[in-house]
Amino acid sequence: MSSTDWRPLALHLSVIGVLIACWFLLPAYHSGNLARILVLAAYASGFNLVFGYTGLLSLGHALFFAAGLYGLGLSMHHAEVAALPAWGIGVAAAALVAATTGALALRTTGVAFMIVTLMFAQAGFLTVLYFGQWTRGDEGFVITPAARTAFGFDLADERVRYFAALALFAFTLLLVGWIVRTGFGRSLVAIRENEQRALMLGYNVQRIKWIAVIISGAVSGAAGASYALLFGYAGASFASVQYSILPLLWTLLGGAGTTLGPFVGTLVMFYLIDYASELTDAYLLLVGISLIIATLFLPHGIVGTARKRLMRWLP
Amino acid sequence: MVQPTSKSSDSSQGPATADTQATTPGSVSRRGALKTLVLGASSLAATGTLPGLGGYVQAQSAAPIRIGFQVHRTGIGAAYGRWYDRTSRAAVAKINAEGGINGRPVELIAEDDGTDPKRGAEVVEKFVNRHHCDVGFGTLFSHVVIGSSPRAGELKLPYFVVSEGHHVASGKLNRYTLQPGITDVRSQVQAMAPFVSSTLGKKVTMLYSDFAFGHDHRDFFTDAIAAQGGEVIATIPIPPTETAFTKYFPKIPRSTEVIYHVLVGPAVLTFVKEMGEFFGPSSPAIFGFIDSLEAVDIASPGLEFLEGSHFWEGHPRYAQADQSEYDKAYRKAVGVDENGASVSDSRDVSTYAHMFGCWETLHVIKAGMQACDYQGPADRAKLVEAVESIDKMPHSMEHPQGAKIFNGKTHQVFGHQYISKVEQSRLNLVHTTSIEDTFYPDEVDYTTRTL
Amino acid sequence: MEFGPHLILALLEGSVTAAVLALTAAGLAIVFGMLRVVNVAHGEFFMLGAVFAWFVTSGLSELANVPPAPAFLCALIVAPIATGAVAALADRLVLSRIGYDPERTIVATIGLLYVLQQLTLMTYGPEARPVEAPFNTRIALPWFEQGSDGWALYWPWGFGTTSYKLFVIGAAAGLLIILWLLLRHTRLGLVMRATQQDRDMASAFGIRVNRVYAMVFGLGAALAALGAVLVVPIQQAHYLMGGDPLLMSFIVVIIGGLGSVAGTVVAAIMIGLADGVVSVFFSATLAKIIATIAVALVLVFRPHGLFGRRSA
Repeated sequence: MSSTDWRPLALHLSVIGVLIACWFLLPAYHSGNLARILVLAAYASGFNLVFGYTGLLSLGHALFFAAGLYGLGLSMHHAEVAALPAWGIGVAAAALVAATTGALALRTTGVAFMIVTLMFAQAGFLTVLYFGQWTRGDEGFVITPAARTAFGFDLADERVRYFAALALFAFTLLLVGWIVRTGFGRSLVAIRENEQRALMLGYNVQRIKWIAVIISGAVSGAAGASYALLFGYAGASFASVQYSILPLLWTLLGGAGTTLGPFVGTLVMFYLIDYASELTDAYLLLVGISLIIATLFLPHGIVGTARKRLMRWLP
Repeated sequence: MVQPTSKSSDSSQGPATADTQATTPGSVSRRGALKTLVLGASSLAATGTLPGLGGYVQAQSAAPIRIGFQVHRTGIGAAYGRWYDRTSRAAVAKINAEGGINGRPVELIAEDDGTDPKRGAEVVEKFVNRHHCDVGFGTLFSHVVIGSSPRAGELKLPYFVVSEGHHVASGKLNRYTLQPGITDVRSQVQAMAPFVSSTLGKKVTMLYSDFAFGHDHRDFFTDAIAAQGGEVIATIPIPPTETAFTKYFPKIPRSTEVIYHVLVGPAVLTFVKEMGEFFGPSSPAIFGFIDSLEAVDIASPGLEFLEGSHFWEGHPRYAQADQSEYDKAYRKAVGVDENGASVSDSRDVSTYAHMFGCWETLHVIKAGMQACDYQGPADRAKLVEAVESIDKMPHSMEHPQGAKIFNGKTHQVFGHQYISKVEQSRLNLVHTTSIEDTFYPDEVDYTTRTL
Repeated sequence: MEFGPHLILALLEGSVTAAVLALTAAGLAIVFGMLRVVNVAHGEFFMLGAVFAWFVTSGLSELANVPPAPAFLCALIVAPIATGAVAALADRLVLSRIGYDPERTIVATIGLLYVLQQLTLMTYGPEARPVEAPFNTRIALPWFEQGSDGWALYWPWGFGTTSYKLFVIGAAAGLLIILWLLLRHTRLGLVMRATQQDRDMASAFGIRVNRVYAMVFGLGAALAALGAVLVVPIQQAHYLMGGDPLLMSFIVVIIGGLGSVAGTVVAAIMIGLADGVVSVFFSATLAKIIATIAVALVLVFRPHGLFGRRSA
């Protein structure tokens, strides 16, 4: 991959262009779904930076998503902070949590890293329940519609919501696309491929991993804060272990270590559930079977397989 | 389940309708839809045989009223969801047999929310933008209600929940969210205090699930029992995922006269059983919310210990000696025998204390739609106002659980509460509260908010 | 209750948790040690064990009027075998075909988790159903106290356990010893260890590696099912009951040093007892927060588990 290769950037920009066009072409139902998918895809992209590019399998990203969600939610709900600064608080909270837990968790590797991140996230989930007086625990709370405005736009408006979600996703996509082309991004891949070698080549492996975790945590937190802000609800289910597994699933299905994989995975999973639930009550059965089939026949995920078979330049 | 009837003629809805057809088994295949497009005007006549288009052309007034039914088919609420489903279908069958609403048949459009607030909100969007439902209905679990309600408010979909949470009356939700078919936890809990303090004892220890529903019980009951001259002497929260309970019981103070328990989740049977094993023969009086044992047979092995204890019931599970004719007919309609189990399988115990809420809510929707002469989605705001102006609901076939009073300002209904005693593995009604026992000062006036 | 009896009670309860956890986690440890894959569906095998136990016991009592004790014994044999067979089938159909690739295995077992949960929901239903214990007598326990005339025994309020709970602890211990003998002293154990140490060499010696893998996967699932059958008369069978055992087994396997069965059992006992004892001192949710962070910190400062070697 030469550093002047223009194709990845062109691809990313055209994906964003298509998504802009989608607002005008799709019926309300699908554009509404797409708004959700874009926010969640941003979350998965943040996860992918650590998992797909650095090779660190975190099972605790719900902690960062929830830090963003509650950073925004609690400051708006209890301190009446305006939406934009509250969003900033959410992202900062997530970055801070990522920096702290990351510094500890990165002392471990492999399966131990999985469990440590899982445990931190579980502690975070239980903390949300424990402080039920503030968080209303599992039940959660509604973020007042009147406060959900930014730059004079009403974020509860369908169009504003869609483009806000798209802006978040586009920023994340371009950010990840840019990072993986920098020296920093290449050092991430070097660590993933062979950590010992990266160490011998003089990389400060621990520090690089730590920065990757912080960026990933901040992006996940931005997605969490945006989800609460755009859809008006914060609750403990978003901090549960399920929301740590989901980005892993989306990323693996779409293609780990590809910039577009997380988006494709999130999109496919969403519509798989949505359509399967119309066909049958047993839609989880269809989803389960589809996942098994995907692992059997698409070993590198959808985009990853496309890269291997068709377009080697795919970012 | 999904009918391709599209009452909205908004052109942007076109593709969605085509998709619906393509994915609906037994209706129109994609090929059929394409063929229709390709063959053009000459074959337009043939499309009259397609159920969707034919219905649409014929008569607006004959098209069914579409009630989006948000049901917990999977996830932690599945046992409740199954009975909410059966009760709602029975109510719709009754309403249709009696001529429907405003001369139109009623159709339930069921969507599983997985007992998850995120999916719940998506389902609400689906009701509005894909299924073109007139109203949303049927949600039980509080977190799903609170997660879904903002979207219902934004999309201006009248959203009738059957949740018994205090969320509606607390003012946290919006003008479009109503709870007219089941009382809320605050009034239930408050109405128990006089009976508990006068009959069972004044020193109460509470054991409850350590999440919002349990906290509501703790807070409301602590105040209510204090007003009766009693006292909560210990509160023991139990994490909702807990599966072993014996270790909590030593924290119950020796001076306890009454144990008040409310736990939700699949492990509650263990809880009751282990409580029995802990106390052996020398237990304090026990008072519980039947939520702990909904869909569970009181005669299950291990529950012998409950003999002589008391339960709150939303609606007496076992047919009582003085059973009303309405309860009798309602039981028959939903397929429940006099022990509260399915008529087809005596081991399939119903969620009798809650599911009447679905039946009654659907009848409130009918009453509201008739009062405002509801014609279609354009009349949704009128429907909300019509329901807000409902006041008294007499004990009747529409309200088999008992008479109720609806508070249009707080969007919450108030009604009788029942207390039963376990005698020979059967719940016998021993006390019925008045509706007034359940009143508390309004916390919100939704009618002042914009429609 | 006074501190002494309370603590003993918490330890007794913790022992039951530990016993079931040890069996379940040993299953996960064997699979991990051998195949080096994380089986996300392990909790579902636990659930299947409990559900099969319900089908066996309620079927026998309804169709043939079999009393609880023999029906339970029957479940104790049938449920693990049936669960193991399901797992072995999943291994042949899916895992072996993706070459036990760690990442793909995670997605595949998540898929398997959905399939098993949904199938159970469709056949068994959403209710929590009890299985009758073969025997269950309440045993009141004594405590001693220094009164005016020296030490005296008395029976504190609520201080007791049940005969079935004691049986669970004993049975789990017995089963773990049998497992150890099986792994150490039988041809099967030898074959398993040989395959684990050098797959190609084992293959060259005529061991049918694929069959061994399927057997190991089935054995792991059967152990989870065994734990579930033992605990189902105390808890109940429910289609979503697999989440907690999965999480706890994960923790125990890692603390125990990744795939070491002995370490796993010791870790299970520690964690099970801690779970009981911490609840004596803290509010339950706070106790769980502290315990989770403690587990994380143990791993941070002992990355290979408390009992693992650095080379693990």
